[in-house]
Amino acid sequence: MADSSRVLPGFTISLGYTIFYLSAIVLIPLAALALKTTQISPAEFWRIITDPIVMASYKLTFTASFFAAAVNAVFGLIVAWTLVRYDFPGRRFLDALIDFPFALPTAVAGLTYASLYLKDGWIGGLGPHVVAAVNRVSGWFGRDELLPPDALDWLTFPFTGQTSGIVMVLIFVSLPFVVRTVQPVLQEWDPEFETAARSLGADRFTIFRRVILPEIFPAWSSGFATAFARNIGEYGSVIFIAANIPGKSQIAPLQIVVKLDDFQYAAASAIGMVLLVISLLLLLAINSIQNFARRHEPAA
Amino acid sequence: MAGAIAAKAPFAVAKARPVARESVLGRRILIGITVAFLTIFVLIPLINVFQQAFSKGLDGYISVFFPLQPDADATLTFSQKRRLAEAATQASRTWDSIWLTISVAAVVIPLNIIFGLAAGWATTKFRFRGRTLLTALIDLPFSVSPVVAGLVFVLLLGRNGIFGDWATHLVWPDPFSLHWVGFGESFWPLTFTETHTGVIFTPLAIVIATIFVTFPFVARSLAPLMESQGSDEELAALTLGASGWRTFFKITLPNVKWALLYGVILTMARSFGEFGAVSVVSGHVDVNDTMPLRIEKLWNEYNNQAAFAVSSVLALLAVVTLIAKTVIEWKSANEAQR
Repeated sequence: MADSSRVLPGFTISLGYTIFYLSAIVLIPLAALALKTTQISPAEFWRIITDPIVMASYKLTFTASFFAAAVNAVFGLIVAWTLVRYDFPGRRFLDALIDFPFALPTAVAGLTYASLYLKDGWIGGLGPHVVAAVNRVSGWFGRDELLPPDALDWLTFPFTGQTSGIVMVLIFVSLPFVVRTVQPVLQEWDPEFETAARSLGADRFTIFRRVILPEIFPAWSSGFATAFARNIGEYGSVIFIAANIPGKSQIAPLQIVVKLDDFQYAAASAIGMVLLVISLLLLLAINSIQNFARRHEPAA
Repeated sequence: MAGAIAAKAPFAVAKARPVARESVLGRRILIGITVAFLTIFVLIPLINVFQQAFSKGLDGYISVFFPLQPDADATLTFSQKRRLAEAATQASRTWDSIWLTISVAAVVIPLNIIFGLAAGWATTKFRFRGRTLLTALIDLPFSVSPVVAGLVFVLLLGRNGIFGDWATHLVWPDPFSLHWVGFGESFWPLTFTETHTGVIFTPLAIVIATIFVTFPFVARSLAPLMESQGSDEELAALTLGASGWRTFFKITLPNVKWALLYGVILTMARSFGEFGAVSVVSGHVDVNDTMPLRIEKLWNEYNNQAAFAVSSVLALLAVVTLIAKTVIEWKSANEAQR
């Protein structure tokens, strides 16, 4: 690829327009946030972000996001592994399903998870639904009310609490990130290393631990970090499923909205600044993981 | 890059690469876990959207959008008339939200296409200092919470914002009020007949917030492809005497058309579904409701079935998006093989 700088036309106009658009949409607004934050004294800033309700929202946001990203890391690896290495009917369909959380609006995701988790939803109230279905089927055969309506009341999904609901919907929202980051690496993976290890007598788990895992670790960890960052900022789906009680089930982005509705712009900016700084730190971490991986790639 | 998956994955043809001699039981367990995980977290919620939308039957579903009209000669009680009027209002608000969502997307997508093409051209055809920084900045909206995105625009253009005085008195024409007025009065036969004032709490703010959230999609879909294609063909065109624009339209654009289409589809899906940023800048006024905000309103009014009915439209759009993505993958793989 020749360095064609200034030979091809359009450098000034394209770069100029890009920088203009970027500044107008991203840089200047983010600078406004920083500017607003500097308008309050450091002591006031500290007081705002360490307010008990705000702290509770941070705790909820970070623990729920971390847990959801961790679950996605484990299961995402399994899913990516299975989809790349095994062929089974329905593989392509499942592969297409993975992108669904990207395409579905977060409000719809929150809505459908909320309805599944309510007391009479399919998952929240699994027992009564199964009983109703069984009774309907038995009704076709003439035996109405095969089971009494409260027979399976004990059969409810164990995770129907507030935090669990938030974690479940965050799992949905960040599901594609780990899978789609690990999948290309597994796809490109040359099986000859595995065959060599096997010929040297390693068993399956050793192969996985010492040959495959180090190879996918950068992609896996950057996928985890991306999922974590996404979960922290998630707003639309969580507010449908959480009761949004201050101090108990409010997430940090909701705190920002609450402060904005109260016209407390300075407080909202302070909380937003914290979230922004954390997202940028995560972005930096992801980039350095990827740089590290690129630099240590074997010369192909 | 954070979120690079959306750009990279589609153009890798997904084929199973089985490695021999893995235990059948282990394989079955892993497949079972995969199927169970994806079913529980993706398939069942998706089916639930449609099941809830049709929970009052097909009539209930249709009446969310087209309220049932009574027979022409039926006499109605007062409460029946009131219920009909309410249903009509709800339906008209739903249609307004659909129209607003589509018009916001119609404005945002062309702007993002232009930006994506410009950014792709600038970052892949040339080498300059700060190129990596520029690419990283383009990825920035992916790591920013949508609520923070809305917040920064309120801080910038809100009543007490930095440009607040200018923004709240800004008068901008409604682009959908373009009318033909003939050559009699003024020089131009077309004018905008309606204007709006202010930025925040108007559709203009929704457009700006949506641009913030969606502008990386086209750029990130185009950049890797343009990078890997290099500038050989463009340079050849230059030596043959083509001008810059001609090279762009005849060489570059056709080469990236599938990636461009993919980026547009992603932008469309995201702009239809954006909730957090739009919720902050819209002020929750009924006229500023996009479809996700409308869904929230219906849900808060305990009108679950209607909320799911509107959601089913968006879910259907998501399914269509995925199908289009598969088709594009297949087509671009076909072309790459030729």
